[in-house]
Amino acid sequence: METFQDVTAWFSDPVNWSGPQGIPQRLMEHLQYSWVAVLLAAPVGVALGTYIGHARRFEFITVTTANLGRALPSFAILALAFPIALHYNLGFSIWPTVAALFFLAVPPILTNTYVGVKEVDADTVESARGMGMSGSQVLRRIEVPLAAPLIVTGIRTAAVQVVATATLAAVVAGGGLGRFIVDGFARQRGDMILGGAFLVAALAILTEVFFAFVERSVKPRTASQDRSRFKPPYRHAAQAGRPGGDGYVPGA
Amino acid sequence: MTKMITLDDVTKRFGGSAEVAVRGLSMEIDEGEIVVLVGPSGCGKTTTMKMINRLIEPTSGTITVAGSDVMRHDPVQLRRTIGYVIQNVGLMPHRTIEQNIATVPRLLNWKAERIRDRVRELLDIFDLSDGLLDRYPSELSGGQRQRVGVARALAADPPVMLMDEPFGAVDPIIRARLQDQFLDIQRQLQKTVVFVTHDIDEAIQMSDRIAILNQGAKIEQMAAPEEILRTPTNDFVRNFVGAERGLRRLGLIRIADIEVEEGPVVQSDASVSEARAAMEKFDFDWTTVLEGERLLGWIDASDLEVHDSVAKTQPRPFSAHVVANDSLRQALDSIVTSRTHIAVVVSDGDKYEGILTMARISREIIS
Repeated sequence: METFQDVTAWFSDPVNWSGPQGIPQRLMEHLQYSWVAVLLAAPVGVALGTYIGHARRFEFITVTTANLGRALPSFAILALAFPIALHYNLGFSIWPTVAALFFLAVPPILTNTYVGVKEVDADTVESARGMGMSGSQVLRRIEVPLAAPLIVTGIRTAAVQVVATATLAAVVAGGGLGRFIVDGFARQRGDMILGGAFLVAALAILTEVFFAFVERSVKPRTASQDRSRFKPPYRHAAQAGRPGGDGYVPGA
Repeated sequence: MTKMITLDDVTKRFGGSAEVAVRGLSMEIDEGEIVVLVGPSGCGKTTTMKMINRLIEPTSGTITVAGSDVMRHDPVQLRRTIGYVIQNVGLMPHRTIEQNIATVPRLLNWKAERIRDRVRELLDIFDLSDGLLDRYPSELSGGQRQRVGVARALAADPPVMLMDEPFGAVDPIIRARLQDQFLDIQRQLQKTVVFVTHDIDEAIQMSDRIAILNQGAKIEQMAAPEEILRTPTNDFVRNFVGAERGLRRLGLIRIADIEVEEGPVVQSDASVSEARAAMEKFDFDWTTVLEGERLLGWIDASDLEVHDSVAKTQPRPFSAHVVANDSLRQALDSIVTSRTHIAVVVSDGDKYEGILTMARISREIIS
């Protein structure tokens, strides 16, 4: 049983902070797998989700297929992707890992986008069409802006899962923070295993926090005073109760 | 009167459904009139309306607006020339009131200055304050939102308006106010309006003509509301307009449209015998007292016993009166709630016009 002091010692050992096997290098590798996977999955998930949510076609088949990606263990995909990549001489590149992470990332992005677009108030869409907005105008001016927070929620869920799962790269001789865990097991170094696990967890939490901010920034304004930010609760309640806005003095 | 909208043998069959939503409907709507489509739910009234701006495409038949076949226009361009309001308004929640009202002018690429002026003009017409410009729909009351919805539909000054229960989402008091306001505005603008509702009272109030539709958008009767109430053509119409046809008709007739009765009247300087004669003439035990044309009030026989001239009496004010612009229904209300069983009609504040009795009003409905 490794103690807290051992892990602290591992973190404070300067050897672990430099060179091709140091924490900064492994962190960069880990981020690379994750970013590439999410950056590839986001356009696919958002495009498909937007299309089926707007057109209301192929909804069932698309969502079901996408969810297969969630059902398949990433480890299984990795196991399949690795020999295929080997065949094309890409076995030791980032691609087998990215492929596995891609299938993990698409479903939450697609599903959230689809639900976000579909759930936009039907009356708002109908009256926009009735006033002469084209399909793409409805999409760009109404459906996507209103669905944006949910779309980002999907990306956030995907990103956190991807960051946690990118650890698997180490299993097929890749880099990333998983290296510390896999190597730690191999060498029976508990401090290394715990240190790696701590780094992965911390990165996942940071990712979560980062996207929470993005999500907030894409939330469309629906009130002339932003009630969601930096307001003491009593004020919030007072505003919720004010009628119709007549005679209301902003900032009063 | 030129025809603004015509439907010629229009049928709509929804894919996969054996039921025909609209079967061979033909209808002509004049320029500047409000036609209300009314009928039970599922009768095809909304489908009929939505085929006019091609939100729903007819299966067969021809629809023309301002003389041209709607199928020959690009649907998106067509809709920019036809105002559209639905029950829940559907304002864009992430756009300000100004941006919402400016929707169609923007789609039509109006100049910013022109849009600015138009939005302010519309707020003024609809009695909405300029302070709402930067507000978002969630910050408005239900009544304000519905007014913004109608203002938005009128923004590019379309000759035709399609309105699907536009005042349906507010309480009855606000609804009545919005209906009156819209009728006032319509008197100025003279739009051709197709208005859908399931509420016969709203139909009676808002329409120049009502089309009562049965399943498959079959027209059971299409006529002015007064005519539908007076002579419903069949049991469907009779049932649909309900049991209070007489009362509803009274709501459509203004006091100014009929002749009021003179009633017992004396001038304030008349003698007691003149006052008695006035009462006897109508077999009343009271008489109205005027000063010139001005209504002073009423006195009864007992007043004349204690005073020796009308001038010395203290005429009592009538507890209620009606004006020429009120409906006979309001007059009837005044009659049944007054002790004397008559309604006093005045104009210009206190100019005496005459009286209305139950018998007089009843004659109007029976004739």
